Amino acid sequence: MTDPDDAVARRLDANAAAGPLAELFTVDLTVAMATCAGCGNTAPLAAHPLYAHAPALVIRCPKCAAVVLRYASGGGRLRLDLRGARLLTVTLDGAAAHGLSPVQ
Amino acid sequence: MSFVSRGFTGRRRAVPAGRLPPGQYDVGDGFPVLSAGPTPYASLDRWDFRVRGQVDEERRWSWAEFQKLPRESVVVDVHCVTSWSKLDTRWEGVSVDTLLADVVTAAEFVVAFSDGGYTTNLPLADVTDGQAWVVDNYDGRPLAPEHGGPARLLVPHLYLWKSAKWVRGLELTVEDEPGFWESFGYHNYGDPWREQRYAGD
Amino acid sequence: MAGTAIRRRLSWQRADVLAVQREARRAYRLSLRPPDWSGHLPGQHVDVRLTAEDGYTAQRSYSIASAPQQPGIELIVERLEDGEVSPYLTEVLRAGDLLELRGPFGGYFVWPAGDGPVQLIAGGSGVVPFLSMLGHHRATGGLRQVRLLYSARTFDDLIGQAELARQPSTVEVTVTLTRGAPAGWTGLTGRVDARLLAEHTIPPAQEPEVLACGPTGFVEAVANALLELGHDPIRIKTERFGATGGP
Repeated sequence: MTDPDDAVARRLDANAAAGPLAELFTVDLTVAMATCAGCGNTAPLAAHPLYAHAPALVIRCPKCAAVVLRYASGGGRLRLDLRGARLLTVTLDGAAAHGLSPVQ
Repeated sequence: MSFVSRGFTGRRRAVPAGRLPPGQYDVGDGFPVLSAGPTPYASLDRWDFRVRGQVDEERRWSWAEFQKLPRESVVVDVHCVTSWSKLDTRWEGVSVDTLLADVVTAAEFVVAFSDGGYTTNLPLADVTDGQAWVVDNYDGRPLAPEHGGPARLLVPHLYLWKSAKWVRGLELTVEDEPGFWESFGYHNYGDPWREQRYAGD
Repeated sequence: MAGTAIRRRLSWQRADVLAVQREARRAYRLSLRPPDWSGHLPGQHVDVRLTAEDGYTAQRSYSIASAPQQPGIELIVERLEDGEVSPYLTEVLRAGDLLELRGPFGGYFVWPAGDGPVQLIAGGSGVVPFLSMLGHHRATGGLRQVRLLYSARTFDDLIGQAELARQPSTVEVTVTLTRGAPAGWTGLTGRVDARLLAEHTIPPAQEPEVLACGPTGFVEAVANALLELGHDPIRIKTERFGATGGP
């Protein structure tokens, strides 16, 4: 019950949020570069720590741990909080950027 | 015709009628851990509990001082907004009535604040009169960090997100100030028996 | 065109369950045929949703194990004792059932473009997306250098043994067992650390694309050791999976 490994195990990568975020965004947001509104750190959203065992998906800054994005669906509504992201940049070249084009 | 996964029931079990709020299931022996961020590991040497904000004078207890306050044991059901409930949970700690005993205030609300930056707001009337505790013991043992240790708020008549883990104090406010989940579309009050999960419910 | 693809990914569809077969001590391979599937990138995942009669649902993500060139999709699910979804998928689900899923998702942790070397590092069922990548590499006759370092508890826990045994000469597979090895075991034993990485992975000087997947603690230890060895963080991609058994 006091094993800190348990706490570590509850942290995922935001890569795992690709499905839920696709409910709202037409591009794969997890390949976007996200800039933290708090500390200015920039990293691929997919590489941000994700806390999924919560009332919402909570994505935090890999450097300062501030909340970058919150997303939830429930009660017939989708909710998105992007206050913690100063900038999201999606590169539009290449199949991987879309996450759409299948391998032929 | 909606889809049903053949043979899937989930991790639920039958409980006596009237024991569970609407839309909740009994988690049984398990105690799910929800976390919206890294688990803080507070040093007891530096831990304190504060009452601040709209008060005549700030109050502060060190861990040692907090341990000397009158203690109470409670056995309560807790209800998480993600739809699990846990029945007959045993806690021990200090009543919020004790912590606010001689405070003079015009505030009508409190914001519980925690290590890690978590906050949740409640009406002052909901944390007084034997309705809320700051607990540091669960089921006879010191409260584990994953469940909010060294100490968490316990307000069992509201959804469990109001029972702030890793709590470090109460800020008394005149205006109601939405906390971490309340500012994200969750219900401002959060009564499980009225199924107040989201704003507007 | 893109709009159609997005709607397709987003819609829950009911895949036919063709087979559920034991893959390793705690892992089962689910062979599925989604009615509407336009392919996936090696490394992508699907969301799986279970629904009880009263409407209660539970949802999890699983990496796709099969190569895009293969018809249908395969998932490999590790049974978590205290889980809610994985015990159902491994013990209740059977051929002839329908399983609701949507996807594929995730364009980040996928087979890297280009011809440069690729180093894959897996802990436990973290090997699953790499099976898809290696299948793709083999099917396309890729010439780039690929190495897989795979850490499992015991021999009986090894996932994808059949696939890993039939790799082309461009692929080198190294397995280490952390909880004891059977008699006659000629592979490695012990945990993946900086020393083991230095000896059995593509060195940073060759600038490999590195992908690491496994339990959170494993991936973080590996990522730190890789940085210590001098790998550029820009070429390291990780995918952590936690104990996703909780509600």
